[in-house]
Amino acid sequence: MTTTALPAATAERLLANPVPDGPIGRPDRRQLAALLAEAGLTGRGGAGFPTARKLGVLLARPGDRVVVVGNAMEGEPLSHKDAVLLQSAPGLVLDGLQVVARALGGARAILALGPQVPPGPARLAAAAPHRADLPVEVRTLAGGFVAGQETALVRALDGGPPLPRDRRDPMARRGADRLPRLVLNAETLAHVALLVRYGAGWWRATGTPDDPGTMLVTVSGSRSSVVPRPGVVETERGASITAVLARAGTDLAQVRAVLVGGYHGAWVPASALDLPLSRAGLAPWGATPGAGVLHALAREDCPLEAVARITAYLAGEGAGQCGPCVNGLPALARAVGAANAGRAAELASLVDGRGACAHPDGTARLVRSTLHVFADHVRAHAEGRCPR
Amino acid sequence: MTRLHVDWTRCDGHGACTELLAGILEQDEWGYPRPLSGEREPQVEARSARRAVAACPLMALSLVE
Repeated sequence: MTTTALPAATAERLLANPVPDGPIGRPDRRQLAALLAEAGLTGRGGAGFPTARKLGVLLARPGDRVVVVGNAMEGEPLSHKDAVLLQSAPGLVLDGLQVVARALGGARAILALGPQVPPGPARLAAAAPHRADLPVEVRTLAGGFVAGQETALVRALDGGPPLPRDRRDPMARRGADRLPRLVLNAETLAHVALLVRYGAGWWRATGTPDDPGTMLVTVSGSRSSVVPRPGVVETERGASITAVLARAGTDLAQVRAVLVGGYHGAWVPASALDLPLSRAGLAPWGATPGAGVLHALAREDCPLEAVARITAYLAGEGAGQCGPCVNGLPALARAVGAANAGRAAELASLVDGRGACAHPDGTARLVRSTLHVFADHVRAHAEGRCPR
Repeated sequence: MTRLHVDWTRCDGHGACTELLAGILEQDEWGYPRPLSGEREPQVEARSARRAVAACPLMALSLVE
């Protein structure tokens, strides 16, 4: 561990200027697992899965070599955090990737970038002399909404189609070389780097005891008058939604509701925006901090139109493999467009949980949330008028 | 009892499982199997579950231990 003075525990860590660089500590697998568990670091999926447990699955078989994959595919159209992180602090992501790979006796380390994520800074940082012992392959892959789903990414890295696999398929998380793939989000890896440099105590000094640390959030609005300065901010976990929106200059009086978590997310109405951006705070609305997306819908804009557009997009972004999703999502998009609440609810139940990946589940979540939060609005549409 | 898992990337809605496990599975409006219980992986008596697994022409079914 480091003996230098610790930086102040502010909310600007990943986006601090400058971020720490140079040789980093080399915890072994046990030390790393203990550090991550002590920190309470969780992944950026909707489930907020503890990173220590994700490593633990592999720790149970210490003989196995592992290929560690940094996931910066960023298929969510409303998210730009990976692009910003890989532009401004690629060294943190590479540090985290190498720390994990070294600790697990990594055979290879790969950083997978989506088409929207700039590869230049990461390639440059990967060539630094202190990273030479474990080269990181920086790869740009074809994108798409589901391309970042772990099992799809594992396939695409071997030159296969970017299609999700059944989660019980024994090859779902193994590559062509048969070695297990450990896929971690780019932001998660950057936090790992800071943890190794400054320790869990420093890392936990921001955020809440249940939800420690900071997170990157992409803030945007349906029109520029509502969110004049859209972009990526770093916030302590557990900050209120209003506080994060304020960082982008959001005019709260103009906000009808906020889509939390992106296209697979859920709505929080204007009346509830004082809630903390934490798993517990968002649970009553069926939302999670997830990928860290806040999208403010202006009062002048029709929520049903917005969701009809999103569901139509999601229907087109399916991998085309699973029957309920292939048939259900287009039908669901039509039902939303037609303001047919009963049919939309029925179809949401029909697709939920019935696919290899979380695409149908996430689409069902968005639709159910819309039917709940905007029930009156949807009813008015069914009667042929938009009360916007 | 065991749990029955569907690999949705393989299932084509042939209907062998819904026929063999009538009372546990129904066909949805497109012909894909759907547990009547609402569970994702329904509880099925082991012998009939194995029969359904063997009957699927696309090998889309498996038992969850």
